[in-house]
Amino acid sequence: MEIILFLFFVGLVLGISFYLGKKAKSESGYFAAGGQIHWAVNGIAFAGDYLSAASFLGIAGMIATLGYDGFLYSIGYLAGWVVALFVVAEPIKRLGKYTFTDALDAKFNSKGIQLAAAISTLIVSIFYLIPQMVGAGVLVTPLFGFPHWVGVVIVGALVITIVATAGMASTTYVQFIKGGLLLVFSTVLVIALMNAGLTTTPDQGGDVPFYEFKTLTGSMASPLMLDDASYTIMQEEEILGRDGEVVALLVKLSKDGQESWWKAEQQAGGTDVVLHESQFIVTKADGSRWINGQPESTENGLIQVGNLETINGKSGAEADTGKLNPFSFLATIGSKDTTVKLWKSAGVADGADQVTVYYPQYTQGSKVLRPGMKFKLEGSLLDKLDFTSLMLALFLGTSALPHILIRYYTVPSATAARKSTIVAIAAIGFFYILTLFMGLGAMTSGVVNLVDNNMSAPLLARAFGLFLFAVISTIAFSTVLGTVSGLIVAASGAVAHDVMDRFLGVKMDEKQKVVAGKAAAIVVGIIAIILGIVFKGQNVSFLVGLAFAVAASANLPAIMMVLFWKKTTAKGVVASISVGVIASVGLIALSPSLFGTYGLDPTTAPVPLNNPGIIAIPLSFITLIVVSLLTQKSKAAEVATA
Amino acid sequence: MLHEPAQQAAEDRATPYKTRVGVWMFVVYALIYVGFIAINVIDPLLMETIVFAGLNLAIVYGFGLIILAIILAIIFNAMCMKKELELNEGGKEA
Repeated sequence: MEIILFLFFVGLVLGISFYLGKKAKSESGYFAAGGQIHWAVNGIAFAGDYLSAASFLGIAGMIATLGYDGFLYSIGYLAGWVVALFVVAEPIKRLGKYTFTDALDAKFNSKGIQLAAAISTLIVSIFYLIPQMVGAGVLVTPLFGFPHWVGVVIVGALVITIVATAGMASTTYVQFIKGGLLLVFSTVLVIALMNAGLTTTPDQGGDVPFYEFKTLTGSMASPLMLDDASYTIMQEEEILGRDGEVVALLVKLSKDGQESWWKAEQQAGGTDVVLHESQFIVTKADGSRWINGQPESTENGLIQVGNLETINGKSGAEADTGKLNPFSFLATIGSKDTTVKLWKSAGVADGADQVTVYYPQYTQGSKVLRPGMKFKLEGSLLDKLDFTSLMLALFLGTSALPHILIRYYTVPSATAARKSTIVAIAAIGFFYILTLFMGLGAMTSGVVNLVDNNMSAPLLARAFGLFLFAVISTIAFSTVLGTVSGLIVAASGAVAHDVMDRFLGVKMDEKQKVVAGKAAAIVVGIIAIILGIVFKGQNVSFLVGLAFAVAASANLPAIMMVLFWKKTTAKGVVASISVGVIASVGLIALSPSLFGTYGLDPTTAPVPLNNPGIIAIPLSFITLIVVSLLTQKSKAAEVATA
Repeated sequence: MLHEPAQQAAEDRATPYKTRVGVWMFVVYALIYVGFIAINVIDPLLMETIVFAGLNLAIVYGFGLIILAIILAIIFNAMCMKKELELNEGGKEA
């Protein structure tokens, strides 16, 4: 069924694209949909553009595994629209033509601004493209059984077709349809979740029997002793936290020749110990993988997890809540008497084999529904700075995203730009509230894929039947299509309009400009495909957080100061964009998260912050102010030349 | 030579007023947003406090920030529309 729905959607999208493609013959038609989109359509298209794989897949996945900390992204992403509405929307519309470079450059006509802003647009768009393409690959595996790279190639090819046929016109309607569907069916999913209520033994509507993980008992008196003598202890591994503290004791056991990994937990005030059955993936020296003691295959994968161990102090059938409303749903999960069974992972060496053990972590509900599981807010000053840095980047990043800013040129007036932003805020705000319910629903419904949490929302839908799964998966796929289309239009505008037409002054007629835009779209699309394959496995919301940091550092200071500070000079804008790009990308490249991606020890990263916003954004502002003040003499000449 | 905007618009006499209101609303929202970050950084456990219908401060403040953005956006639009009607011929700029 999902394949039929998917093909129907793809057919619809391509039909619209080819239909509109016959009309988009001019530069204005290609880059700005002729500037004639109705503000209400544009508002929902904004939502379709903005609610990317990061929002739908990444946030829900992060909430499903890390609780409230994932919702912080929702709050920050939405708050950023306040900046867009109150400060940026109308002026950007008044000043610009097709790209935000036009708006920045409106007072100066500076080659430097044209080039710097175009490069910044390309870098931000590519940072943003990576997680979208990763999300595309994530979706096709459960949907069609294709490998990751096939999904990336399918999305890449579709998006190139959409953008290369009718540019912003087809992109707008794809985003409008996707935005509308996303809102409607996410609401349906949350309603289904409320109707089902909460249970300690989720079985996906009866389709997948609840797997009861085993426990063993023993004594911690040295050496570790088990009550069940049929098990032999093979190996003990202490897992250390960031500060060298023991966060878990993992034990490898053997019974009848079958090996397994367990998490040992000492009971309070004694030597009694309980061992909790864990899951594990063994990568052998020859590259073969074994999951939970059996060779990896389509039939043998990790068991999907996530459930409440107790609900308001009860477990088993008596804990079932029945139908809940949104308030009681959150209050029940967030209760001090509710225990959530979350899962952590740790790498262990076992001879020549590399083992990843996924072990349970019993967490009080009240802790799940407050910040602190990802961002260590009770930790060091550095942890607090990292959190503040992310929240700052999310707040200031939205109104600096090139693919969002170009949507202001698709409506006929500044008033329409404002109204469409308001529609976008209402739609996006409503959706972000839903993300908390979808994420918590996945966390408690036994649908979390431990290897890749990005599939949490679609897998939650599967718990309510194949039809909803098919619809949600198709929408998730369209989510990627809509956002990637917008990004590629923005990137092709930067290349064809900002660089070729304005910076290089290549003489082109209207038709040739459209051809240049399409060619640029194809090249950027191919780059996106390659990056989507290379970055497989990263949490998509985390990656988008980095894109926001680059946008907020490179573009926002220039936008704000051009709009509100009369002493801003072209050289100041160029310096600010350059410093913002270099500082943010450089800090990200040297951050602990990226060091982990390189396969290096994250604690050796020269930059201790994961998010560069708190350094790079002020640095970019200061650079603009200092350089502008130093170049006031040349300002008169700049204006005169313009 | 400078480029031209995608669509030519008539002068919008309400622009200074809209800019002023927009900046003020931005400042108000930014302060409330900073308050959210500050609580998390200074006293994260405070976020566990139950404040309404069994919901803790983290949920209420988080939802509050989203809902406040929507409410402020609607108020902003209403104020802008009123001023545009007052100052511009026909009530709109273009």
